[in-house]
Amino acid sequence: MAEESKTPVPPSPEDKKPATEAVPSKQTSAASNAVEKPPAQPAASGAAPPAKPAPAKPAGPVPEAWNSPLVEKYKHQFGSGLEALSYLGQNYFAVDRSLIANFLKLLRDDDQFDYCVDITAVHYPKRDKQFDLIWILYSFSRNERIRVKTQIADGESLPSSVPIWATANWLEREVYDMFGIKFDGHPDMRRILLPEGWKGFPLRKDYGILQQDKEWVQINLGIESGQ
Amino acid sequence: MNEIKDDSAALKNEFTNLDLETPEKPYLDSNELIINMGPQHPATHGVLRVILKLDGEKVLGTECVIGYLHRGVEKIAENRTYTMFNPYVDRMDYVAAVSNGLGYCLAIEKLLNVEAPARANYIRVILTELNRIASHQLWLGTHALDIGAMTPLFYTFRDREEILKIFEKYCGARLTTHAFRIGGCQYETYAGFEKEVKNFVQFVRPKIDEYEELLTTNRIWLERTKNVGVISGADAIALGVTGPVLRASGVKWDLRKAQPYSRYQNFEFEIPTGENGDTYDRYLVRMAEMRQSLRIIEQAVNAIPEGPIMAKVPKVIKPAVGEIYQSIEAPKGELGYFVVSDGSTQPYRVRVRPPSFVNLQALDVMVRGMLVADVVAVIGTLDIVLGEVDR
Repeated sequence: MAEESKTPVPPSPEDKKPATEAVPSKQTSAASNAVEKPPAQPAASGAAPPAKPAPAKPAGPVPEAWNSPLVEKYKHQFGSGLEALSYLGQNYFAVDRSLIANFLKLLRDDDQFDYCVDITAVHYPKRDKQFDLIWILYSFSRNERIRVKTQIADGESLPSSVPIWATANWLEREVYDMFGIKFDGHPDMRRILLPEGWKGFPLRKDYGILQQDKEWVQINLGIESGQ
Repeated sequence: MNEIKDDSAALKNEFTNLDLETPEKPYLDSNELIINMGPQHPATHGVLRVILKLDGEKVLGTECVIGYLHRGVEKIAENRTYTMFNPYVDRMDYVAAVSNGLGYCLAIEKLLNVEAPARANYIRVILTELNRIASHQLWLGTHALDIGAMTPLFYTFRDREEILKIFEKYCGARLTTHAFRIGGCQYETYAGFEKEVKNFVQFVRPKIDEYEELLTTNRIWLERTKNVGVISGADAIALGVTGPVLRASGVKWDLRKAQPYSRYQNFEFEIPTGENGDTYDRYLVRMAEMRQSLRIIEQAVNAIPEGPIMAKVPKVIKPAVGEIYQSIEAPKGELGYFVVSDGSTQPYRVRVRPPSFVNLQALDVMVRGMLVADVVAVIGTLDIVLGEVDR
């Protein structure tokens, strides 16, 4: 992570901590996913918008409970394994990993979420269950977009959703390529964007971009560092 | 979907294992062949490599090898501030850079919970629709060239130039424009902008008819595109295909109508659709879309309001902890940004949902059983940009 602190962070008056500490503290707050940060003063203090964003700024908008017939139905069926939330008007389900396969299939079959927009992941290295997996779904008939989220630990795999949506094929391959998360029952679980022999998974937070570059120039160009 | 191996050993096996005596493998069937198309191939629109399994001229299966242009855009985003990452998105779909920028700015605005002022939205709509026309013109020129019609390329590039001139005058760049900023637009329109846009609309409308005159009833064009690369609406939805490719299969869905952003609800326009889901229908849909874009531009330029062009956003952008997904109807389909903020100045994660990447996945379904020459037509009709496929 050290090299990432080299990234120029524009000097900001309201940024109380020194720039070098910006990254580690970013990690902590991200990992715990908490809002415990000292409430940043509304940026650009005097000129700051007094209107909408300013009051919301210190704590920020928080996820609210999301209520709809759809939620009722699944709450009834899955109980505590499922949480329905809404952030800035965007609705999502936080679902227990064990329910995922069944839940996604039900969403498509019973509730017409027939278009799988995207599958992606987010890495939180400090957390016990390191990865957030996100499915973004859309239903043409309801004109509704929802997200399904689950958490898994490093090394854990997930059931593939290729049988549910054909488009999941490449999307899951990309998640594997970038995060190293495997999907069980996927017809072709290989890297997609990076070459077969690539080491590591670039979108994990512990994958430094400079370290990889250094190794490459040392092997291929015989010099100490390209930077 | 992916039973083909791309290594030469497999290719060798194919021939060394040939038993001429066995009736199950008669000699005539042995011309099953695995060949490479690309990555250096003029008809693959960049560095796309397609491994084709052929029986003579007939395509038995394909496998796309992508990633030659992978620059790790999503990783770059995590190491830049929100503002610094803005120009990078232009380098994904570089023929529709304005759309990319719009999607990104909208996503961060959503995360900040601000909205661009009305005038900024109108400028955005005008420029994005101009860019849609430019993107479709470039598609038409290169697609027709792939199929063997050389003239449309010169026509479309000649007319696309006028759009690029407007971009250049507006923000100084022709291709990777970085036209918008988080919260609105950086630049006010230049003197004479509205007049030039109106003139352009008048100028290009008959030109689109001209392209159509060259192709729509052209017998060679019909032969090469009708019933080529057919994909049904149901298949398209299952494969996540969006944009003109989806609409040509009869699914009337456009994000500008379904979930309007940037005040698209203020404008009247149709969603052109096709019936057969073949290459010819996709051509017609895109031609109709250019005309619809002209309609939108005309309405926007006539009704452009006065006022500020920048919402009040902090100088240093530090969204609250949270995650959002925002998507727009880019010329190629649904372009989405999934952004996670941890409350710092840099995004914790930016995921780009690229339309080209997802649409390309449909190539295999579309070319099976067709001829090699049709593969070129289908790659063209999918309108992929490898910068966006590989990111």
